[in-house]
Amino acid sequence: MSNILVVAEHLEGKLRKATLPTIGFAKKAQALTGGKIIGLVLGHNAASVAAELATAGVDHVIHVDSPIYANYLAEAYAPAVAEIAKVKGASIVAAPASTTGKDFLPRAAARMDAGMISDAIEVFSHNGAVGYKRPVWAGNLIARETSTSAITAVTVRMTNFDAPAAGAAAPIETIELGFAAPEHTQFLSFDQVKSSRPELTDAAAIVAGGRGLKSAEAFKMLEELADLIGGAVGASRAAVDSGYAPNDWQIGQTGKIVAPNLYFAVAISGAIQHLAGMKGSKVIVTINKDGEAPIYQISDYGLVADAFKAVPELTAALK
Amino acid sequence: MKILATVKRVFDTDGKPKLTADAKLDVSSIDCKLNPFDEYGVEEAVRLQEKGIATEVVICCVGPEEAQKEMRTALAMGGDRGLLVKVDNTESLDTLSIAKILAAVVKKEKPDLVILGKLSTDSENNQVGQMLAELTGYPQATFAFKLTPDAAGGWAIVGREVDGGTSDVKVKLPAVITADLRLNEPRYASLPGIMKAKKKPLEITTPEALGVSVKPAIVGIGYELPPARKAGIKVASVAELVDKLKNEAKVIS
Repeated sequence: MSNILVVAEHLEGKLRKATLPTIGFAKKAQALTGGKIIGLVLGHNAASVAAELATAGVDHVIHVDSPIYANYLAEAYAPAVAEIAKVKGASIVAAPASTTGKDFLPRAAARMDAGMISDAIEVFSHNGAVGYKRPVWAGNLIARETSTSAITAVTVRMTNFDAPAAGAAAPIETIELGFAAPEHTQFLSFDQVKSSRPELTDAAAIVAGGRGLKSAEAFKMLEELADLIGGAVGASRAAVDSGYAPNDWQIGQTGKIVAPNLYFAVAISGAIQHLAGMKGSKVIVTINKDGEAPIYQISDYGLVADAFKAVPELTAALK
Repeated sequence: MKILATVKRVFDTDGKPKLTADAKLDVSSIDCKLNPFDEYGVEEAVRLQEKGIATEVVICCVGPEEAQKEMRTALAMGGDRGLLVKVDNTESLDTLSIAKILAAVVKKEKPDLVILGKLSTDSENNQVGQMLAELTGYPQATFAFKLTPDAAGGWAIVGREVDGGTSDVKVKLPAVITADLRLNEPRYASLPGIMKAKKKPLEITTPEALGVSVKPAIVGIGYELPPARKAGIKVASVAELVDKLKNEAKVIS
């Protein structure tokens, strides 16, 4: 058997959208390997997530309900994922390349003695096996890799695969695993950044600010523009380090990887590590008073101007 | 409390990568350096030692003989001694192999805390710490931006940077921590630090001597360059920008 197991990500009873491109990846891999796509929900009172996943393009859903999955912990997820992969004959175990997927999947991979691919952006056929492409070197190089282990773990970059079309509801199987709660790790708290805006990873438009904005206060004008165009607000690492924006807004090699239709880079110079997180955007607009800033080299439209003047003017023009 | 801080010799990715005719990475003109994320891990270990919380800090590296240079760079920041697990052909290592080697080091050294950078800036896998935690049976706290160990109580509370915000977990020692950017601000090595580092013991061992034989599961096929993005145009005014976005790019209605 060579099934593909997709571990769903969910929060507060809802499937996180990050899961959908992972199913898109699974569809492409399935075309090479055959087998079934099995979606896995580990949660507590998360039947709504299982139901949502059932129509998201998978062939089968497994729902494991236990209080030990009420708050996410890698130490609880890894044994469950490894066990389901074994029982269901998975040859590929995939999860979104989110901080959650990056946290538990390597742990599960070690448990399965599986090789692991991080941040897959493409799959291809390689001598009868599955080949994977993934960006390395802050996105300046694409590595092509293949795996020789019986099971391969893969985190999937959210920006490179489409969500499959919704289909008829797949059957949902409820399984009990009987693992005990992890003894050595205790979840204490999750301090969520509350926002009414779309998530950065699936926003159609993003307004991002850099250190040149000089204060958290200045981000308000970006928020106003973002709200007007239904977008999200992002930040460079320098702006987050300076305390102008929360860490959850960081875009770049070490933050979120985004690819919206429209990306405004405001007072961002364009360090390699920032470009790694946003150069897949369809249209990039730069507003920076330094006309020589490296970000102009990858921008479709550049406006050499003071952000404090240009952004309010732009917002007014779009109202 | 004993800390094992790992370091990796990475390619300096600030330069533009070049490919050979057979789609391999042309490494002839690339410099190497200490993985920036490991500097955060080493810095944290050194600070805990300066506060009297850590009693010993061991800098460990899996890499080629030349990696002693990067290990000395780390030892110039602080720490007591180095342990290099020498592997000449690092291409033959995948993340799981490295984790297996480190697990053997952990078994031998018995640290209370293992700190790794969350990823290396060249291969960007972000896997080894988590794999090591599984292989040793230790708890893990990845993407750490705040580390508060209670050595006497045998616990550490770790603040983690995660999608959607931050999360706190409590881990029982021994534990594996992976360092994120906002954990601290790594110091520059001082001249006395550099002098002292030259005299610090640096033991060299091999995977075989540690009883580990590794065969990589992940095999590199080759590399390609990403499609280049062309620079566009500069507009003269907000009005012109709005016009282009509406009528040329058609991304705003």
